[in-house]
Amino acid sequence: MTTLPSKNVISVSHLYKEYYTDAGTFSVLKDVNIDIEAGDFVAIMGPSGSGKSTFMNILGCLDKPTKGDYFLDSQTVASLENEALANLRNKTIGFVFQGFNLLARSSLVDNVALPLVYSGVDKEDRTARALKLLEKVGLAKHSASRPNQISGGQQQRVAIARALINNPRLILADEPTGNLDTTTSHEIMMLFNELNQDGITVVLVTHEQDIADHASRQIKFVDGRIVEDVRTKTIHSQELR
Amino acid sequence: MFSAMFGEAWRAMGANRLRTFLTMLGMVIGVGAVVLMMAIGQGAEDSVKKSISAMGSNLFIVLSGPPSSGGARSASGNAATLNVKDANAMTDLDGVIAVAPLSMGNAQVIYAGNNWNTAILGTSPSYLDIRSWNLIDGYAFGVSDMRSATRVALIGTTTAHSLFGDDVDPIGKTIRIKASPFTIIGILESKGQSLDGRDQDDTIIVPLPTAQRKIFGNQIPGSVRQILVQAESDKVMGMVEDNLNSLLKQRHNIREGAEQDFSVRNLTALANSAAETTKTMSLLLGAIASVSLLVGGIGIMNIMLVSVTERTREIGIRMAIGARERDILLQFLLEAVVISIVGCLIGIALGVGGAILVNKLTQASIIISLNAITLAFSVATAVGVFFGFYPAKKAAKLNPIEALRF
Repeated sequence: MTTLPSKNVISVSHLYKEYYTDAGTFSVLKDVNIDIEAGDFVAIMGPSGSGKSTFMNILGCLDKPTKGDYFLDSQTVASLENEALANLRNKTIGFVFQGFNLLARSSLVDNVALPLVYSGVDKEDRTARALKLLEKVGLAKHSASRPNQISGGQQQRVAIARALINNPRLILADEPTGNLDTTTSHEIMMLFNELNQDGITVVLVTHEQDIADHASRQIKFVDGRIVEDVRTKTIHSQELR
Repeated sequence: MFSAMFGEAWRAMGANRLRTFLTMLGMVIGVGAVVLMMAIGQGAEDSVKKSISAMGSNLFIVLSGPPSSGGARSASGNAATLNVKDANAMTDLDGVIAVAPLSMGNAQVIYAGNNWNTAILGTSPSYLDIRSWNLIDGYAFGVSDMRSATRVALIGTTTAHSLFGDDVDPIGKTIRIKASPFTIIGILESKGQSLDGRDQDDTIIVPLPTAQRKIFGNQIPGSVRQILVQAESDKVMGMVEDNLNSLLKQRHNIREGAEQDFSVRNLTALANSAAETTKTMSLLLGAIASVSLLVGGIGIMNIMLVSVTERTREIGIRMAIGARERDILLQFLLEAVVISIVGCLIGIALGVGGAILVNKLTQASIIISLNAITLAFSVATAVGVFFGFYPAKKAAKLNPIEALRF
């Protein structure tokens, strides 16, 4: 295994993903190659079934590729054990879902603090950090509410706050605006933009062009392959130089 | 970390109160039954043990009459084939430390206007030593009382109470047994119930010759139906039994193989077997109660499996944000253990309450030992862990992607 230059947060080469069912083998990803630089803001697009969500799951260490290499922060991921993958999900990656995926029974502050429970941070520290992030996403006064007491857009902000709690280098968002109206969608995208400006690498899946337009680079998946890779803006952190 | 998980477990239990309560109920009933049954069982064991130690240790009873029945015969001890001389001869045997010939029967006892029918025991002074029976007041009769057949009596507390009430001191009072006046010289301490449930305090003890002449009358002088023999220790019991047999055969001129006119019984062995029986009973009670504990555990497992299925998505979310397999395992295991421990605590309270109620209602002796409670508690925790483990493992082994799709 070669050590890659640390410029790339993500480096994927010859990645394949196959599913085996009674009906036969399905190739979902076929020879995917991509490098994503630190500080980039990437939108992944493509029709349903093109493999973009599977790709995101592999990037998010939720799924394992059938073959190929995946380097996250120059560290090879493809061969890691479940526990090491859990640690990556906990500390290196922040995941944002289409369906928000908050715990219905827990308060917002507890939801945001939840990843810290698994990184062994004590209660006081957890609450303090979670409150700070709720403030950042503009929901500090709702900290004691339950997810079902706030709007969808607000729930997604809470989910983003939760993704940020361990100061990850990378935020992965799988159709984060899929359940939101246009205005709210753009508000959420502004939030991603802000995070990107803070230096966090953001990769999101969407099938709406106007959402993808917020990103600096647009990648299109069709039938398990990357068919288009366009840079639309310079990387924010490089602009500053 | 642990406290956060504990809080989670508590909240998850609170989310479905009725279900949690019903699951817990299995545990409550199981633990309650175990605690109650053990309290009753140990109480019974204890009262048997008390009766045994009240009886005296390393005892033989020699009965007149053949050891086994065959044809029409009167019961053992009815034909008085033993006598005081046999008893005296036994005193010289190796390993024997005390011998007391016994002659008993019931008789009417009168003091002032009070009338009471009680068990009269005629015996020698060594009887009290053999049974380690002390006096709470007065003094016992001695060898000279035996020789001159004095009319003195020792009285049991039940009889004393019936004849004299609470206010009169029986010592020095004269009572009439059948037609003869007896002077009470001592009061026996309370022995409680015997193994066969007789009140041992409802008795009067008098010197054997006096009893035979004045109370039981018309017997061959010196003949007795029973002789109580105490061996020196547990180890010599076998030897003493053999010696008693050969001595009596010789004294009664019984040839080898001919039918004996006496029988020797090991009272201590009988008592021990009674103790064994109660012990088995109490074990059996505990075992039956444990079955309900097991059923309670299966209930927990069932509900935890349902809970894992219901909360698959939650498990997926937790995994997506960094929960390791062992975090999920611990979370569900903790939930199962919390349910069983809370159920166990309620069960202990109910079991103890039930035992006290049984004691109040039936007077049966109960013993609530810390051991039984500790045992119930640790078994309940173990049941929680054991039956919680499989569902928790199932949760921990979920694939995060599939769990999130749920």
